[in-house]
Amino acid sequence: MALAEYIHQRREQRDILVMAHVVCGYPSFEANMQALEIMHAAGVDLVELQFPFSEPSADGPLFVKANEASLKAGTTIDQCFDFMHAVSQRFSFKVMMMGYYNTVYKMGEAQFVERLADAGGVAFIVPDLPIEESENLYRLSAAAAIEPIVLMTPTTSDARLAVLGEACRGMAYVVARKGVTGSKTAMGDDVLALIERCRRHTEVPIGVGFGVSSRDDLEVLRGAADVAIVGTAALRAWQTGGADGLREFFKALLA
Amino acid sequence: MDIFDFSEGREGYYGEYGGVFLPEILHATIEELLACFRQCKADPTFWREYVELLQNYSGRPTPVTHLANLSQQLGGAQIYVKRDDLNHTGSHKINNVMGQGLLCKRLGKRRVIAETGAGQHGFATATMAARFGFDCKVYMGAVDVARQRPNVFWMENLGAEVIAVEDGQRTLKDAINECMRDWVANMADTHYVLGTACGPHPFPEMVSWFQSIIGLEAREQLLGLTGKLPDRVYACVGGGSNAIGIFQGFLSDDNVELIGCEAGGLGAGSNLHAARLAYNDASVGVAQGFKTYFLQNDQGNMNETHSIAAGLDYIGVNPIFSYLWEQGKVRFEAATDEQVKDALRLCMRTEGLIPALESTHAFVTAIDEAPSMGRDEIILINQSGRGDKDIFTIADALDDQKWKDFICAKADQYRQEKN
Ligand SMILES: Cc1ncc(COP(=O)(O)O)c(C=O)c1O
Repeated sequence: MALAEYIHQRREQRDILVMAHVVCGYPSFEANMQALEIMHAAGVDLVELQFPFSEPSADGPLFVKANEASLKAGTTIDQCFDFMHAVSQRFSFKVMMMGYYNTVYKMGEAQFVERLADAGGVAFIVPDLPIEESENLYRLSAAAAIEPIVLMTPTTSDARLAVLGEACRGMAYVVARKGVTGSKTAMGDDVLALIERCRRHTEVPIGVGFGVSSRDDLEVLRGAADVAIVGTAALRAWQTGGADGLREFFKALLA
Repeated sequence: MDIFDFSEGREGYYGEYGGVFLPEILHATIEELLACFRQCKADPTFWREYVELLQNYSGRPTPVTHLANLSQQLGGAQIYVKRDDLNHTGSHKINNVMGQGLLCKRLGKRRVIAETGAGQHGFATATMAARFGFDCKVYMGAVDVARQRPNVFWMENLGAEVIAVEDGQRTLKDAINECMRDWVANMADTHYVLGTACGPHPFPEMVSWFQSIIGLEAREQLLGLTGKLPDRVYACVGGGSNAIGIFQGFLSDDNVELIGCEAGGLGAGSNLHAARLAYNDASVGVAQGFKTYFLQNDQGNMNETHSIAAGLDYIGVNPIFSYLWEQGKVRFEAATDEQVKDALRLCMRTEGLIPALESTHAFVTAIDEAPSMGRDEIILINQSGRGDKDIFTIADALDDQKWKDFICAKADQYRQEKN
């Protein structure tokens, strides 16, 4: 089932969905799998699997360390795709790739799309690939029913949003604030106004990320966004409280 | 040839290299920078203001010096040196920084950030910020902070805040990532003063434009001194800003050979070097906002690099050079750490010159090739920086025992003062 359709269907039962984030190979693939089981049991709807990169310049400190530790432990792209395959077979949530463009560029765009599709991925988020450079990749992925996730941000003009809206498929990713992943966002009227502005330029479901960390945040987004994207907060819960900490975190978030 | 005369739809590209690969959040900021840069470049009063500032503040034009002793000793080409080491703060980095300072004023921003490896660019940026009244934060890999204390000392005393970056290899590339992270949060009041001709468009073009002052001056000066153009021009290549700066004086002269000298570190095959084009270890990739040759593995992750000269110790190279190299317009060679030490000794003893370790890479290749050239042929070397500011590194490189004794004595003295 295509991503947008999947989101629409799940939205009929629930007024906001949750997308979680895992850095492949950090702290290990076994730990990743355990975390995903917890996320699945808690009712997470979508998961982005980050392929680690040596220069994660759009990530905040926690993910930077996670990327670094994963690579240091020897994580390869083959392992990431194998893991994605295992995950997409095992769980009912949808899985997408998140990573940096050099990972895609080095293996070749056509091969990337083919491997992503083979691994059961439905989409990709590549934050350092601007729309101007993505024509070929978007064309290839359309042919393979893979969705490119377009990012819309607080600094994006309306004219630019119109251009981005044209390219959106599956889901749009609204970046709640300036900065990198990690720090807290004051989830309020600014974010709601931004979502409203983005809605005017795209029909696809809207996910909101960067600093989404609590049930209160979800309350603010409920009715405005389709998907709340939770990244750093969950990793922090895992780091401080292990599997139990993560379970508690999602319980509090989704209860 | 005008490398900046982009064809329709290929703005910021040099062949297949360059471009803009940045998160969407920076799109508006880069567009604003590009528009401001285009205005400045089209406005002759801007360039005039820039040249006057460098004349009054940094001692431009820097001279061209004939190395009669060294030329005689090598028995081949006549060697001339463009003396950008005589700039304020001791290197060519000040050219770019002063230019971006003027541009930052036009942008109406009051805060600047910069990455630095050796510390030369951070030092120059802190100087500029003090002069222009900007807040200044310099990101520097923790490894570099530890090995370049004198530059950190000056930056801090000039009023800049120096942040030691603890991620990744804790060197220049990691400092660039950290600048990007600062910039995506603070772009409204902050200009990112990138220190070399790398990164997303318009940085390679903009930095090249400011550094072209080296080549413009050198061409005229050499014609005045010798009545001829050089046969070969040598410059060291870290990111590739001093080299593109001097080369631009001669890009349209078919009979002038341009030679970029990279950091050979421990040599070809050692994996401990920063030679992107001279050796066979680099491949095309996209990182730090642009497409070029990077020292990376088959997974697209960046390799560790090494050089005796911190300023050359970088994974990528000016995208203009990737293009000019493929076109056969610029030749690339590498100098090893050992060769650099020998050449530095030779320069000091025969000419009383103390080139920076970075610049000495260009001397290595020139000294190597000069003997096989005719006595009526002319070599021009860009001395991008001076070495006396690098006394700690050079004393280490030359393993100077008396210096070590002095440092030990100084350390004892500080220890006693503490107790
Ligand atoms: C004296 C000197 N020369 C050369 C370089 C290398 O930079 P680029 O290749 O941009 O000229 C540096 C960098 O720090 C430097 O300090």
